[in-house]
Amino acid sequence: MSRFTELLLGMLGATPKKPKHVSEAVQKIMVLKYQDKEHLFKEKLHARARQQPSHKWRNRRWKVLIAVNLLFVVSFWLDIQILEGALTASRFVGFHMVDLNSALHVMLAHKHIIVNLFIGTFTVFLLWALMGGRSFCSWVCPYHLLAEWTDKLHLMLVKKKIVTDHTFHRGTRTVFWVLFAILSFATGYTIFETISPTGILSRALIYGPGLALGWVVLLLMFEVFWSRRAWCRYVCPIGLTYGAVGLITPVQVSYKVEHCFHEGDCRKVCLVPHVLDLTIKGRASEETMGLGPDCTRCGSCVDACPTGALQFEIKGLSKLL
Amino acid sequence: MTPATPGNKKKPAPRAKLDKAQKARRRFLHSIGLTAGVVGLSLLGYIPVISARPDRLRPPGALNEDDFLASCIKCGQCVQVCPVQAIELGDIDDGFGIGVPYIAARDQACDFSCDAVQCILACPTGALTYTKPPTLEVSKGAPLAKAPILKAKEDDPEPTLNLKERMGVARLARPESCLALHGRGFKGQARGPTFQGRMRYMDVDRWNPIPVRDHPYDRELCDLCVTECPIKDAIRMVSFVSKRGERLSRPEVLEQCVGCGVCEMMCPVEPAAIVIDARAPWKEGWA
Repeated sequence: MSRFTELLLGMLGATPKKPKHVSEAVQKIMVLKYQDKEHLFKEKLHARARQQPSHKWRNRRWKVLIAVNLLFVVSFWLDIQILEGALTASRFVGFHMVDLNSALHVMLAHKHIIVNLFIGTFTVFLLWALMGGRSFCSWVCPYHLLAEWTDKLHLMLVKKKIVTDHTFHRGTRTVFWVLFAILSFATGYTIFETISPTGILSRALIYGPGLALGWVVLLLMFEVFWSRRAWCRYVCPIGLTYGAVGLITPVQVSYKVEHCFHEGDCRKVCLVPHVLDLTIKGRASEETMGLGPDCTRCGSCVDACPTGALQFEIKGLSKLL
Repeated sequence: MTPATPGNKKKPAPRAKLDKAQKARRRFLHSIGLTAGVVGLSLLGYIPVISARPDRLRPPGALNEDDFLASCIKCGQCVQVCPVQAIELGDIDDGFGIGVPYIAARDQACDFSCDAVQCILACPTGALTYTKPPTLEVSKGAPLAKAPILKAKEDDPEPTLNLKERMGVARLARPESCLALHGRGFKGQARGPTFQGRMRYMDVDRWNPIPVRDHPYDRELCDLCVTECPIKDAIRMVSFVSKRGERLSRPEVLEQCVGCGVCEMMCPVEPAAIVIDARAPWKEGWA
């Protein structure tokens, strides 16, 4: 099975497995890494001692996320017309932009595609194909930001043993994606849009709050008291749609097994920790590997990694430079 | 959605494997539960659709209701371009109509002060459209006999609005409260001093709509629905002799009525004597 197929299946819900074949280079790295355990232990302590808690990428990301959403708000409120509309569809200095998932559902429900809709969808497809696919989730989606904040509450309650975290099968999201697509096609209504917290929040920010925010609060409560980041991990079809775009994107977080102590700091902070299963000892098959399409490119792991084994990378660019 | 009670922490080692299988099964069942729950909840959106809020007046150029709900991408670009902010977006109690634009005509009608039906121009999906694709249904009684002439543009080389179907039709729903029918006039602010609605008055400023409260009226016979109607030949005042021999007047809605709702907004009695029936067809002898 090729790495591509593996990543695709992983995104759809399959649990990552141990690699059947590990490259000679990686085998050599692992032998060298573990031949002197005492030395490795010292190195770990050294790295830990010098580790500086960093929120570089998180801060950058929050700034971008807030800026994008604010741009929608001020474009309307101050009538400066830079980014008109909401996250589902907008016009950026006149150019049509249409959210891929919303576009898909309108096309399925309405079964008629006008030129502007096609152009807007294609523009956004190109944009995220260049910018990392699911980076939409962590760099733009307003629900992601709220869920990040309530996640802190959830983790605190778990630590105090007030709540336990419940996991679902990751394949559930794929089932949702298919079900909502079928529903849109069969009923002729864009049913997912009714409950999409992304659309609800975006509109609430721009056009003022409404009852729909109650639904968003319920979702956040569910995540705090029952299942960590449940909406993004197990439900949201938008994530899978952008994940599919991420299959071909050059922007990714890449992993160099050579620098890794296999301690798992990265997996603890990750929204989609299965993409980091390759950081478990014995899972990496190549010297440098991308985390794949389901990674939201949020950079939390890059911030958390004490050794720089995880880094942002633009595929092909390093070769060019 | 309550916190789960923590399970028995000290489990004997031999049961570990069984627990794993059990956990997997439990997780699978939970996943099915989650799927059923979320899809079920999303389908609750059917309730307002089936109970169909027929009162929702859609913006000009809207497709038929089902097509409209399907094709609207819920972005609100139409809201943003409207010079009088007549368009609002549905909330979650509109079900699948969430984020879908409508006009609450009594609060703020569409007075076409944009001249070009900007909301149609802004729509990225064709949910609001100048020209319906041939595959889409045209309701009976919806097409306008001829292009509506905008009174404000009557002297322009191109006085018509690019609008082929009506949004609805005006109807004198409460003749008993119509001032004209009682031979009464109207003096003052049409909707009182607190009314937020705005209108474009050609004699004030062609390009800037002003609050209706800043434009008081003084009419011997109340005819606001007729004079303020932005469309030519859409409504007129007719005189007739009652059974008791009195000379009376009443507004009569004509076939060119596009259903913009200005008459409903301007009607000075509470509740409005004249209302828009959203998406209603034109019928001869209607009003």
